[in-house]
Amino acid sequence: MKENLYKYILGIADNSLILGQRLGELCGHGPNLETDIACTNISLDLFGQVRSYYQYAAKIKGENATEDDIAFLRKEREYLNVLLVEQPNTDFAYTITRQFLFDVYHFLFLTELQKSHDMTLAAIAKKSIKEVSYHRRFSSDWMKRLGDGTEESKQRIQDALDALWTYTDELFHQTEADKIIVSENIGVDVTTLKQLYYTEVETILSEATLEVPESKWFQKGGKDGIHTEHMGYLLSDLQYMQRTYPNMEW
Amino acid sequence: MKKNWPLWEVFVRSKNGLEHRHFGSLHAADAEMALENARDVYTRRNEGVSIWVVESKDITASNPENNGELFEPAQDKIYRHPTFYDLPDEVKHM
Amino acid sequence: MSEEQLKILEAQFEARIARDEKIEPKDWMPEKYRKTHIRQMSQHAHSEIVGMLPEGNWITRAPSLRRKVALLAKVQDEAGHGLYLYSACETLGISRDELYEQLHTGKAKYSSIFNYPTVTWADMGAIGWLVDGAAIINQVPLCSTSYGPYARAMIRVCKEESFHQRQGYEIMIKLANGTPEQKEMAQDALNRWWWPSLMMLGPTDAESVHTEQSMKWKLKRKSNDDLRQQFIDQTVPQADLIGLTIPDPDLKWNEERQSYDFGPINWDEFWQVVKGHGPCNKERMNARVGAWERGTWVRDAAMAHAEKQASKKLEKAM
Repeated sequence: MKENLYKYILGIADNSLILGQRLGELCGHGPNLETDIACTNISLDLFGQVRSYYQYAAKIKGENATEDDIAFLRKEREYLNVLLVEQPNTDFAYTITRQFLFDVYHFLFLTELQKSHDMTLAAIAKKSIKEVSYHRRFSSDWMKRLGDGTEESKQRIQDALDALWTYTDELFHQTEADKIIVSENIGVDVTTLKQLYYTEVETILSEATLEVPESKWFQKGGKDGIHTEHMGYLLSDLQYMQRTYPNMEW
Repeated sequence: MKKNWPLWEVFVRSKNGLEHRHFGSLHAADAEMALENARDVYTRRNEGVSIWVVESKDITASNPENNGELFEPAQDKIYRHPTFYDLPDEVKHM
Repeated sequence: MSEEQLKILEAQFEARIARDEKIEPKDWMPEKYRKTHIRQMSQHAHSEIVGMLPEGNWITRAPSLRRKVALLAKVQDEAGHGLYLYSACETLGISRDELYEQLHTGKAKYSSIFNYPTVTWADMGAIGWLVDGAAIINQVPLCSTSYGPYARAMIRVCKEESFHQRQGYEIMIKLANGTPEQKEMAQDALNRWWWPSLMMLGPTDAESVHTEQSMKWKLKRKSNDDLRQQFIDQTVPQADLIGLTIPDPDLKWNEERQSYDFGPINWDEFWQVVKGHGPCNKERMNARVGAWERGTWVRDAAMAHAEKQASKKLEKAM
């Protein structure tokens, strides 16, 4: 099995899985119907991407692995998503800020992944980027609305930004597997996206009349499977059925 | 003073070659949001290729009480329709 | 307007409906027609959005990715259907905020069935199969109801709902053909949801207050008891097909009526749940009110931002 490629795919797909799961929690609880429907659409896009990636990963893994084995039956240490996406829906400001900080990255990442020498990954990227382009527009618009809305909204979104900023740097870290896959012209060298990312983020934040957080101390660990305390609870929900009723079909 | 998101009317073109058709309405704070919401609410099943939104209050509508004077006078103008005219049977296509 | 004039207008109005003409928002209509429609359409809309909650309860725990996306899409559709129906209601001159207010203060009702808890995954199957099944029976005739915006909303709703019941039944098939544990889960869900689904079609004709007027306005095409019979007759064979047992010892095919006879419904339970004593009435309302209140600052911010943008645009133009 191509161990590195397998891990590399999980690194991409797990982000969409965990973020999709977080957005799924909100279905039925949004600030109004229109926004509720919009957030669920993003969640559905992400799960669609997840399934393409995991189906491919399952093929690489062999041994009759399925997308669901990969999605539901790993240990917490084996999930390789960044810490940002597992952060909880503290309030709508956190939801939107988390989305925005991820979307800007996600778009840049997929733009590059389209050039991958791995045809399957390039094809998934090509399909997904249209969805993500919309996500980025949606979350950027909401950053501006909440930043330049009322005093309360400005305070809330600034608080969320200050709290989540610490998880942004990790987006540009590379694991050992990442480096090997990049060297094979399959993976994206995320280190090259960093500058552009912060420039784009700061442009939107300035339009949103928000302050760029000054903190230069960043959290990391997700890409190596070391997660925040929130992750275990998220996985308890996600894996509940598969763990309680092992080896069954649904 | 509490202000609610205004109501918008949504028009969708199902595919090129067809006109925009009224699909329904929704609430949004501004025009961009109305477009985004319309996309998410009314084209989830691939129903459209183009969307118009207009704030409901900007639509001027005719009053049904005037339907008599507005629309009934057109009913007896049968000479506007091709069947009004007599043609010999030999003329096949006209 | 004199009473006599009013009577003439009303007679003309009723004649239009009898001729199968549609009534549109700006047309003259009797006050009672307007009120009845606001009540029924908003109840319907409230049922859609409260109905998101019991199923939403399982989105994060769906057992496979395929089931998860199907459930998400289904619950999202319910939000959409609520939205279509609120919009139709708004054409009668009442705002969505006012309608929410009625729901949140308990003045408006919603379908009682959503006050039952979803305790296992099989409940997702049972709701799709039975609750959506009963809903469809109620809704299809409304596609030709007399009020144009309601009829149009219902056409869209029915079209979109066609996958909902299949989604639920497919879950049940899979469970019924699965391990003994899964089959038991399916049977248990059927046992709990069967009777509430029958009640969902409304009180017996003898106790139903609005029926005659509603029939005239095509808000109703068949009586509650007829709809119930239709539901039972179509559902029993579906249960047989997958080897599940309807939890009614009196259920029996009646050759003469070409229909199933069935046992007595516990209407006392129905009225208790309607009055607020169901297992989840409080939770459902807390969830709705909570989401609305937590969203206040978001909605206000978007409005404030829109106003700022509009005045900026105006300044630029000057």
